[in-house]
Amino acid sequence: MTSRILIAALVLTAAIPALLMGGVSGVVAADGKPGPALSGPVVSSGPHPITLDRPAEATNREIVDDVKRVRNYADQPPLIPHAVRDYQIDLNVNKCLTCHDRRNVEGSQAPMVSVTHFQDRDGQTLGTVSPRRYFCTQCHVPQTDAKPIVGNRFRDFDAVLSTAPAKEGAK
Amino acid sequence: MAITTAIRNAVAACWRVFARPSVHYSLGFLTLGGFVAGVLFWGGFNTALEASNTEAFCISCHEMRDNPYEELKQTIHFTNRSGVRASCPDCHVPHQWTDKIARKMQASKEVWGKIFGTIDTREKFLDKRRELAEHEWDRLKANNSLECRNCHSAESMDITKQNPRAVKMHETFLFTGEKTCIDCHKGIAHRLPDMHGIEPGWNASAVK
Ligand code: HEC
Ligand code: HEC
Ligand code: HEC
Ligand code: HEC
Ligand code: HEC
Repeated sequence: MTSRILIAALVLTAAIPALLMGGVSGVVAADGKPGPALSGPVVSSGPHPITLDRPAEATNREIVDDVKRVRNYADQPPLIPHAVRDYQIDLNVNKCLTCHDRRNVEGSQAPMVSVTHFQDRDGQTLGTVSPRRYFCTQCHVPQTDAKPIVGNRFRDFDAVLSTAPAKEGAK
Repeated sequence: MAITTAIRNAVAACWRVFARPSVHYSLGFLTLGGFVAGVLFWGGFNTALEASNTEAFCISCHEMRDNPYEELKQTIHFTNRSGVRASCPDCHVPHQWTDKIARKMQASKEVWGKIFGTIDTREKFLDKRRELAEHEWDRLKANNSLECRNCHSAESMDITKQNPRAVKMHETFLFTGEKTCIDCHKGIAHRLPDMHGIEPGWNASAVK
């Protein structure tokens, strides 16, 4: 009997710090400390008590207007300007290639995959799309109207050139 | 007054004919009994038909629940902004009665011969998938995608509301009657089988 009381007492003492802390700070689902203020929306997975139900943010709309977007540099994989919902890419079928493959562009009027897609890693141009280019969405992605969570200061080639200090002799 | 008596007499006369015994049963019993049996049979038949025309029935066998149904759940025909769900019979069973019966008989063959006999695992389903899919493509091709058109129709399509990519296709091939929905929209409800040798609908070399 006495030993049981003793054990209970010990357990309680051990739990004191946890109880106190819990009362003060709560348990936090932390993905790290709240960093310096970011430009952009608050990340919903950020630090908040796990007991708190945060409403999910609205999902963003897909951009499927069929308007090609500017490429930031020459060898950027162009963004997909159209819907790709449920497009199957696997051993059985590659839905993208039903429009973008060499043989199919006349009917689909889609831009043909460029010659780089036919090249293997040794630069050999193959007869069909190279296996390493088979999974299109590895490189090409559709866009939504989501605002970037993290800002970035990327400037393209022309922007960099226009602000570069004028060189000696350049007229 | 005279008219009511006349009617009553006529009815009584008829009844006498009806009530005259045949060898074992009265003619009335035979006729009425036959009528009742007919109603029961016909009603029961159509009820059974209706019951077997629900999604619940289609997916009551596990082959259909584990394979097509699981896949359908991912697609736009299961949940969409319009809140209209296409269930198995919407796409697979014709609405016209005669077509429906014909399809049922075809389906029972598939059900008994194929499903219970041979397709009892995912692997066997995938092996048979191309063949099963071809049956559906042939059927939809032959009836000009009738089941799709029960919900979608070229007439009520507002192409100004569609994406340019879709508009171009529909204008060139659909409205001209050159192609039908299933030529271009294969695999809108399920994963596709091995598609080798099948040309997309917009290709000139695709079978007309
Ligand atoms: C039904 C035919 C069709 C299918 C299927 C298709 N595309 Fe396209 N794609 C087009 C057309 C047509 C364009 C031209 C722009 C437009 O109309 O959207 C295009 C444009 C593109 C572009 C932009 C090219 C550029 O120069 O900017 C990319 C990238 C692309 N598609 C990738 C894909 C990928 C990846 C898939 C598969 C997930 C795919 N497409 C499936 C027809 C198709
Ligand atoms: C390893 C990354 C990668 C993969 C995988 C890939 N692409 Fe590309 N794609 C690119 C890059 C980079 C470019 C732009 C430079 C170029 O043309 O090579 C491009 C260009 C394109 C273009 C525009 C061509 C033009 O001439 O304007 C289309 C269309 C395209 N890809 C479609 C596809 C399709 C369809 C697939 C799948 C079969 C695919 N890509 C797979 C990287 C990739
Ligand atoms: C029960 C009615 C119904 C039947 C039958 C039906 N659909 Fe649909 N379909 C819909 C609805 C509802 C949508 C979603 C509309 C929306 O909200 O955008 C849809 C969407 C689509 C889309 C657009 C997909 C996308 O990603 O935007 C295509 C393509 C389509 N159906 C083709 C077909 C074809 C082909 C058939 C015949 C095999 C068919 N449908 C049969 C109701 C149906
Ligand atoms: C010549 C090929 C072709 C035929 C025939 C065809 N479609 Fe389409 N359809 C397309 C293409 C390509 C798209 C755009 C790509 C996609 O949604 O996958 C499209 C898009 C759609 C969409 C989505 C529209 C949007 O704005 O995104 C619906 C709905 C649709 N088709 C229904 C039908 C129905 C119903 C039929 C038959 C009455 C039909 N289509 C016949 C090629 C075709
Ligand atoms: C929106 C229309 C649509 C709906 C809803 C639909 N199917 Fe299908 N189904 C098709 C089409 C079209 C095919 C032909 C193959 C293809 O294009 O994917 C097919 C093919 C099949 C096949 C042949 C094997 C295969 O995958 O190709 C089976 C089995 C099948 N469907 C069962 C079902 C069951 C069970 C349901 C309900 C859970 C269902 N389908 C709902 C349109 C539909």
